[in-house]
Amino acid sequence: MSYLKQFPEIEQETVKCMKCGNCQEVCPLYKETRFEGAVARGKVKLTESVLNGDLTYTDKLAKIFDTCLQCKACSAHCPCGVQPDKIVLAARAKLAKERGLPTVKKLIFKGLSAPSLFKTGMSVGAKTQGLFFKKSKDGMSPRVPISGLVLRRVIPTLASKSFLASVSENNKVANPVKKVAFFAGCTTNFIYPTVGQALIDVMKANNVEVVVPKAQHCCGTPVLMHGDTDTATAMAKSHVDIFSQYDVDAIISVCGTCGEAFAKHYPELLKDIPAYSEKANQLAKKTYDFAQFLVDVIGLDKNKLGTVDATVTYHEPCHIGRGMNAGKQQVEIINSIPGVKYKPLKQPNRCCGGAGSFSLTHYDLSYKVLQRKMEDVKSTDAEYLITGCGSCRMQLGDGLAQEKMPQRLMHTVELLAKSYNNGK
Amino acid sequence: MSKEQLIQDLRQALGQENVITEHEDLVCYSFDATPDMPNPLPDVVVTPADKEDVVKIVNLANKYKTPIYPRGSGTNLSGGTIPLKGGIIMSMLKMNKILEVDADNLVAVVQPGVIIQDLNNAVAPHGLIYPPDPGTVNTATMGGSVSECSGGLRGLKYGVTKNYVMALEVVLADGKIARFGGKTVKNVTAYDLVKLFTGAEGTLGIITEITVKLIPAPEARSSMLGTFDTLEDAGNAIKGIISAKVIPATLEIMDQVTIRTVENFAKVGLPTDARAILLIEVDGIPEVVAREAELVEKVIKENNGNLQKAKDDKDRDNIWAARRAALPALAQVKPTTVLEDATVPRSNITEMLMAIEEIAKKYNLNIGTFGHAGDGNLHPTILTDARDKEEMERVHKAVDEIFKKALALGGTLSGEHGIGMAKSKYLEWELGENGIEVLNKIKNALDPEGILNPGKMASK
Ligand SMILES: Cc1cc2nc3c(=O)[nH]c(=O)nc-3n(C[C@H](O)[C@H](O)[C@H](O)COP(=O)(O)OP(=O)(O)OC[C@H]3O[C@@H](n4cnc5c(N)ncnc54)[C@H](O)[C@@H]3O)c2cc1C
Ligand code: SF4
Ligand code: SF4
Ligand code: SF4
Repeated sequence: MSYLKQFPEIEQETVKCMKCGNCQEVCPLYKETRFEGAVARGKVKLTESVLNGDLTYTDKLAKIFDTCLQCKACSAHCPCGVQPDKIVLAARAKLAKERGLPTVKKLIFKGLSAPSLFKTGMSVGAKTQGLFFKKSKDGMSPRVPISGLVLRRVIPTLASKSFLASVSENNKVANPVKKVAFFAGCTTNFIYPTVGQALIDVMKANNVEVVVPKAQHCCGTPVLMHGDTDTATAMAKSHVDIFSQYDVDAIISVCGTCGEAFAKHYPELLKDIPAYSEKANQLAKKTYDFAQFLVDVIGLDKNKLGTVDATVTYHEPCHIGRGMNAGKQQVEIINSIPGVKYKPLKQPNRCCGGAGSFSLTHYDLSYKVLQRKMEDVKSTDAEYLITGCGSCRMQLGDGLAQEKMPQRLMHTVELLAKSYNNGK
Repeated sequence: MSKEQLIQDLRQALGQENVITEHEDLVCYSFDATPDMPNPLPDVVVTPADKEDVVKIVNLANKYKTPIYPRGSGTNLSGGTIPLKGGIIMSMLKMNKILEVDADNLVAVVQPGVIIQDLNNAVAPHGLIYPPDPGTVNTATMGGSVSECSGGLRGLKYGVTKNYVMALEVVLADGKIARFGGKTVKNVTAYDLVKLFTGAEGTLGIITEITVKLIPAPEARSSMLGTFDTLEDAGNAIKGIISAKVIPATLEIMDQVTIRTVENFAKVGLPTDARAILLIEVDGIPEVVAREAELVEKVIKENNGNLQKAKDDKDRDNIWAARRAALPALAQVKPTTVLEDATVPRSNITEMLMAIEEIAKKYNLNIGTFGHAGDGNLHPTILTDARDKEEMERVHKAVDEIFKKALALGGTLSGEHGIGMAKSKYLEWELGENGIEVLNKIKNALDPEGILNPGKMASK
């Protein structure tokens, strides 16, 4: 049984916690709140209390479990090998089951989980966003307080044409060394389609053939994060069906969260469904972040790299680093590019506070976490802030705009594409 | 006068957001890092922003005859912050300003909620350090560590927290503010009240400001690893190093159970068939470090030890990674980790280590021992499962025997973790009836209503 489905499974995880409090050192939310319920240790204690019947599923409990970025800093730091981020997910799943989801979220998730509906919604959104958002220099700010959105927040403009609508399904090369299927993910598809194009260019430069399954939709992580495991399971099944049809060497993502969905969440969600579990495991085994695939599997083709004269710094997304273990490879790519001066952050892998909808539902807290990241960025003299994930990019974009900082944002794969392009 | 009224008054005095009462929140303050303790709920958690807030809270606690439990980061290992009798948890974490770094006088002034490492980071640019370094240096607060008088890896050469506290500002049980000590190196005025409140575990007053001594950061260091086939050889090497008049900054020991567990977990290349290893670091002026390292090397060889010297920072990191992995590695073996703090004169280390092995055998328990050999401070660590009632019975008996033995060898109940709830029942073994009476007289004089951290140390 999966820990996401069967809460008692998580007991094994909670008993490992010796309550040493080491997680306090690294939890970004604890640093801001200094409240024991914000840190892993408090949440483990609460979970124990639920498991032994001392606590029930209240609104307050849900609120505490909502206060977590899923940044995994605690898991990486815990001396006892506890994975508090998993405990939180399991608790959210259980809370959603016991109490139901708030109606607004239910509606949004319904949209996210029905691929065609989702597409229509988003493309209508792209056409009508001017009604709700006022254009500013850096993007858009909401005109009216849309539920959960904070007025001051700068969010990027939706692309006028989605990535999936503008790309061809097969992107062949003359003498392919490998063939991969690209999972683009929502932010690439709807907000940063140029990232998807960059991925295709980079793969082509490395003689890798790319198929882009047109039926793909959202990976399901947002619904999973809110505890709606039934919807997440349905979305996982759908992606397993879609991607199993292709005879490819690897599944490639350009977003840690998307990559983790394939590499970790799908096998966990589909564990007890015989028709799916094996297939999900097969896909998981060949899922890579693009950087991992280039550096570890095919070996980056450095001969074709052209010069990019830029001083850059890099924010390592939690789910690229601690999630996919692909942080090193991203930095290796940056360091391979001729002309690039890399100025590391003091804490490159500290969460930016984005965490999907957390930045909307907990804007002030999220912003405090972001401010520390911005101070770190300021202390380098970088012109470009590079990161490997669209969600982080949105969050960092808000930070740069609010703090009136001059740095420009780029996805790691875009920087690499630029280098290949300059080398032509 | 009811709980509700108290809470209402607290809200009035501190503002809504500094008074936490929801059940789920209270659960998060019902425990600390001590294993195998009851977890009663407090009635309310308050988060004062300054000493005026602290005074208001103490006054209200008096009005409603409600206990107060001061709390730093809750990393103590003696049940010090557990709200045994309900009442008010006072979280000091919002009082976290470094008020002054006075590099000319080698002094810093901090509020109690400052994390120890944050102080170190603030004084590092001046070439200074604050030496007390408990394993929790990155999480524990100054207030909590002064109250527990915590020690750490550098204890042998640099001592424990009380050797660095120069002055304290304290809110007393009646709400009055008192200050003791000062910035002068010499200060012999009256009773040493700074030391009295240091290590008082929150039972005599609430610390609101701390002045500490800083020292110049050592210029050089040298780390070594000695491997031994018998406990006697290791013990003799410890004695030998000190008799050679070398006081290492750090002199740590690990027994065989710990070595094997650490190696299994961290794969740092430890000799798994050794009976004991010593991890040694000497620090100071480069010339002195070189000479002391030579002496240490000689002593280890004379005692049949195999010596490995760190050639560079990477080697050094590896040695200390092994030491830091000790507790986590042991903790992963079983769900519950009972970490003790028995301390003996260092000449009796060997005997104590052998006694612990005997006790482990007698009660059929898995005990790994590591610790600060140089200062005789051992951490026998019992690996168990709190859900196994029968085994826990044996654990309790074993702990009793460990402390009996430590005292019989001229040792003490606590080298650095304090007494709290966990060890209060043994207190009389060490202090005797008359000693306890002195404790009680002091407690009654300063806190007649018993509102400060009741149930800890000797207080009822
Ligand atoms: C993994 C691990 C390793 C450890 N290693 C060491 C070690 O090497 N050496 C060592 O000595 N200890 C060690 N400890 C124990 C613990 O970390 C220390 O005792 C630490 O100093 C406690 O600090 P804290 O801020 O967490 O205090 P807390 O646990 O919050 O409180 C400790 C005591 O201080 C009182 N208190 C807190 N603040 C105040 C205040 N402002 N005024 C008055 N009283 C107050 C509390 O009531 C309580 O009695 C370790 C603990 C763990 C979990
Ligand atoms: S989760 Fe890990 S780091 Fe946090 S208190 Fe538990 S054991 Fe310690
Ligand atoms: S996952 Fe991140 S935010 Fe959540 S408890 Fe762990 S460290 Fe804190
Ligand atoms: S992880 Fe985020 S961006 Fe990627 S597909 Fe899922 S929801 Fe969309």
